[in-house]
Amino acid sequence: MSTTSLTPTRLTPSKDWTRTDAPTGNLLWRAYLTEAKYESIRMLRSPAFGAPLIALPVVFYLFFGVLIAGGVKDPKVITGLFSGFAVMGVMGPAMFGFGAVLALERDQGLLRLKRALPMPPAANLLARMLMALLFGAIITSVMVACGLSLGHVPMDAGHSLRFALITIAGSVPFCGIGLFVGTVMKGQAAPAVANVVYLAMAYLGGLWFPLPKGAQWILQLSPAFHLNQLSLAAAGAASLGSPMVHVAVLVAVTLVFTVLAVRRLARVG
Amino acid sequence: MNNDSLAELAAVHKSYGKTVALAGLDLQVGQGELLAVLGPNGAGKTTAITLMLGLQQPDAGTARLFGRSPTSFENRRGVGVMMQEVFLAPELRVREHIDLVASYYPAALPADAVLEMTRTTPLRDRPYGKLSGGQKRQAQFAMAVCGRPKLLFLDEPTVGLDIQAREMMWATLRQLVAEGVSIVLTTHYLEEAEALADRVAVLNQGRMIASGSVNEMRALVARKHVTCSTALSVEEVERWPEVESASRDRHGLRIVAGNAEAVVRRLLAADADLQDLEIRRAGLAEAFTALTKEAA
Repeated sequence: MSTTSLTPTRLTPSKDWTRTDAPTGNLLWRAYLTEAKYESIRMLRSPAFGAPLIALPVVFYLFFGVLIAGGVKDPKVITGLFSGFAVMGVMGPAMFGFGAVLALERDQGLLRLKRALPMPPAANLLARMLMALLFGAIITSVMVACGLSLGHVPMDAGHSLRFALITIAGSVPFCGIGLFVGTVMKGQAAPAVANVVYLAMAYLGGLWFPLPKGAQWILQLSPAFHLNQLSLAAAGAASLGSPMVHVAVLVAVTLVFTVLAVRRLARVG
Repeated sequence: MNNDSLAELAAVHKSYGKTVALAGLDLQVGQGELLAVLGPNGAGKTTAITLMLGLQQPDAGTARLFGRSPTSFENRRGVGVMMQEVFLAPELRVREHIDLVASYYPAALPADAVLEMTRTTPLRDRPYGKLSGGQKRQAQFAMAVCGRPKLLFLDEPTVGLDIQAREMMWATLRQLVAEGVSIVLTTHYLEEAEALADRVAVLNQGRMIASGSVNEMRALVARKHVTCSTALSVEEVERWPEVESASRDRHGLRIVAGNAEAVVRRLLAADADLQDLEIRRAGLAEAFTALTKEAA
């Protein structure tokens, strides 16, 4: 990044106004870090947003996976339920943190203001993605702890770690989808649309129970299915399809939705 | 293209569907000046600012900022912005909001210095969501100036401020202009333009209908107001050829006239007991009303 030719205005009417010049290269980093810092402070100060996102998949898993299906001995079912609810868990912050909140902020003029300011264009999006990953990490950790202690999920430490890493990283495509929903929908409609998309992907991706035999092809349409298969494989359980195909689909989903959303953001705001 | 202008719109047209926002607007912002853009609702003031900032593209004509395309990222480092309607994270404190915006600029002021300069130090640790409407505007103002911008865009900055807060913002604006900052300010408050502006541009229906110093604008409307307590009747005074109109209210007789001196001579001759005589030049408010009426 080249330095700007504009000389900053001097403001020195009162006693100790020190300048805080920084080279432009550092400036970008500073903007990225500051954005990420305040995004996380915001989340910490609004537990009403974050707590349900963490609690929901864990409570669902404990109810359906541990309480109801507690007597089931089939490791396919045990790991299947565990993985399904974990995938659903990481999808939540990615879809809602990006989607609904972004649409709201667009409506409220915040993004317009940021476009007028010298904020590095990706700073805000990256900060949000980091938050989604952080939430994903918390959810996956709690899920793994519950799965190992209460759910008797047959995973060793290596499988647990691989499962966690894959599942957390797997929230990135859903950030892309959430971003897209957030850029095309109006603020009030976005949470509803994000919710429908979220539930449809989870249900049609077979996260909670298998689809009927004739409808198996539908699975391929849901990114949640592809992530779930990768997570299952990472946990050492049986999975469907080829990992390469799953990765390719998830990368393609990420790229397509992110590019569409970023282009629209730059053009329309 | 004028080389001295920091921001410029030349023959700019902009429509939203069938609504014409700007119809061939020319507007320049000179070095070190405070330009007040006045106009009724829907005159195109905000559209003019968003085009100068590159937030929208003109349908025809050109917009330039620092002699370049307004969309250039480099340009934004020289600009401070206060938008008309914006919702900021309610969880963050005022100091944190300033700190965040300051992180985008190469030579920003520390948050505490900005708070001191904008006389908003008492708001420092208040969560933004707990501020009153006026205090939010004050916080947004501090965010707009924290990057030491060369050019400051303020869209209706003092809406919702109490008199004291408004005076404080005006004082800061004068200080900034003295430091060499150029300011574009849109306002509904004519006294604000009268108090601050080097130059006034009056927009109506997407066109500039007048532009000049506050005094020049007032002079466009030559009328004066004469008020007095008198036994003379409205009907009688209205018949005088020098008088444009006359009315009576609880303060007495009110007369609008082009040649006020002639009216006063005649008033004093007609009523020896006349009291509380007052002559006032038309304010910017009247000039503005007259101008926008003529243009409509």
